[in-house]
Amino acid sequence: MRMKRRSEGPFYRIYNKHERGGRSEEGRRKLDVGRETWDDPLRESAMEYETVIGLEVHVQLLTRSKLFCGCSTLFGAQPNSQTCPVCLGLPGSLPVLNREAFRKAVKVGLALHGEISQVAKFDRKNYFYPDLPKNYQISQYDLPIARGGWLDVGFEGGPKRVRITRAHLEEDAGKLMHVGKGGSRVDFNRTGTPLLEIVSEPDISSPQEAALYLSELKAILLYLEVSDCNMEEGSLRCDANISVRRPGSKELGVKSELKNMNSFKAVERALEFEVSRHRRVLEEGGRLIQETRLWDERQAVTQPMRSKEEAHDYRYFPEPDLVPFRISQAEVDEIRSSLGELPRERLNRFQTEYELSAYDAGVLVSDKALSEFFEAVCRAVPRPKQVANWLTGPVLSEMNARHKTIRELGLKPEALAKLLMRIEDRTLTNTMAKEILPALIDSGKDPDEVVRGKGLKQVSDAGALEPVVEQVIRKNGQSVQDFLSGKERALGFLVGQVMKETGGKANPALAHQLLLKALAVKKGGAL
Amino acid sequence: MSISRKDVHYIAKLARVSLTETEEARLEKDLAEILDYVAKLNQVDTSNIEPTTHVLSLENIFRTDENRPSLQPAEVLRIAPKKSDGFVVVPLVIEGKGDA
Ligand SMILES: [Zn+2]
Repeated sequence: MRMKRRSEGPFYRIYNKHERGGRSEEGRRKLDVGRETWDDPLRESAMEYETVIGLEVHVQLLTRSKLFCGCSTLFGAQPNSQTCPVCLGLPGSLPVLNREAFRKAVKVGLALHGEISQVAKFDRKNYFYPDLPKNYQISQYDLPIARGGWLDVGFEGGPKRVRITRAHLEEDAGKLMHVGKGGSRVDFNRTGTPLLEIVSEPDISSPQEAALYLSELKAILLYLEVSDCNMEEGSLRCDANISVRRPGSKELGVKSELKNMNSFKAVERALEFEVSRHRRVLEEGGRLIQETRLWDERQAVTQPMRSKEEAHDYRYFPEPDLVPFRISQAEVDEIRSSLGELPRERLNRFQTEYELSAYDAGVLVSDKALSEFFEAVCRAVPRPKQVANWLTGPVLSEMNARHKTIRELGLKPEALAKLLMRIEDRTLTNTMAKEILPALIDSGKDPDEVVRGKGLKQVSDAGALEPVVEQVIRKNGQSVQDFLSGKERALGFLVGQVMKETGGKANPALAHQLLLKALAVKKGGAL
Repeated sequence: MSISRKDVHYIAKLARVSLTETEEARLEKDLAEILDYVAKLNQVDTSNIEPTTHVLSLENIFRTDENRPSLQPAEVLRIAPKKSDGFVVVPLVIEGKGDA
């Protein structure tokens, strides 16, 4: 089990304010997946080629122990301290399948609408590489955990359906570090960690769509609680196959396989680079070769992997050390019933049940814990839109500023609910409530106590406000004249002055009302 | 069934085995005989038989997701030909950083 959790921003990336400029025009344009309005950097030649992308995602499943042995899967331990004869492939050892990994794999297969193999088996994929102590990887060839399925990506203008080819279980390899002339260092702690490989059909037609696919998939995996999807720690990795072709052409172009992308942004940028490289080569009358290329983050280019010319012949054969695994319909149904609400369902429900905008719903749903927090607050507060504004605004700012998840922030839904109710009952203005929020988070105290401690309380007593109103009218003769001569906007300015005089404590509605009353008297006097 | 010298080279390369001229000649003959022998199975009518990958009448052998003690790093490194700072050291691999 990976213990370390770090705060991550919303992962429905088109709704990620910081990455995408929020509701900006650019953000909006990027929502139009697959439409003509698509913000395509290669637009000029977009008429001549279409892009075909398929993604292979490797996700480490969240289990305590490895796929075939009892070694810990904890990240960051002392090198080579989490190995045993099984994961090192020492003679005489036998692998035994981790039931939890199997069930989590089935769970993902079902969430992606795949068909679960009634009988699954494991196979040996044979190749020599120093991070693979057995010289073969236990994987699945012809009877994977799940086959088929799909994933809907993109929101506005209708989602696009990307078909899933398969999802299969396999063991992770060790970690190889290249240190220079002396050799490469190997840490076998990762060897045997459960990996689920999720392969898409080549249905993705732009780098942006690939990024959307990844964020959608990540959202689902996080909702299912099958992986922490931490790309920095390698629990989610993505390889991409990309080719370009003339529109309408049935045949795929020559493909590149891209590796070494360590973030969604990197996947998108590597694909963008590769699309333009392919087009350039073809436009110049050159020929592409099928090859594996590595993304170089620093130089922002892909480069061919310097591999010896060798056909990949993995000589798969059934793993004799593992007997087949049969799953009953009853168990499939039982796992299906444990899926819970998935992000896209929740996104739709938030829009209908709470009447939230797609944007607000997207920000909330992109963080499972935040969306649950939202619902908890809404149980006590009448206006969901207000709760959403608070969470996507001040609360999210506090999370970002402190680099904390909503759970780590320590703010209780009840406390935020009470704070919002103090706005409802006019004890506090919205501005005052926002000022209180950091103290509320820091102290963990009851909002009323924090309000008392800060001496903040909205002045809703007409007797206390009237002198301030009189004073403001006296000091702002010009605005008063403006208002009296029909400039309605001057009133807003005067209300603002009352707020300023009271340090934001005045009840704005009452200030408004008292000003009107006083001005009416003046008007009467002037007549 | 015949097998070419090229096939022998290919298989030897995949298995990282280096062969002498004499060994190659012998394997060319042996492998062909082995293939012929196994090919006899094709004569059996299997049209009504479910594919089998294992001969044991066992399935669903699972373990629960529990930790068991690992080996001591020192023990692991003892069997490595080369080591440094707790890592196993292997000849420099120039090929990609990409994994799995
Ligand atoms: Zn182990």
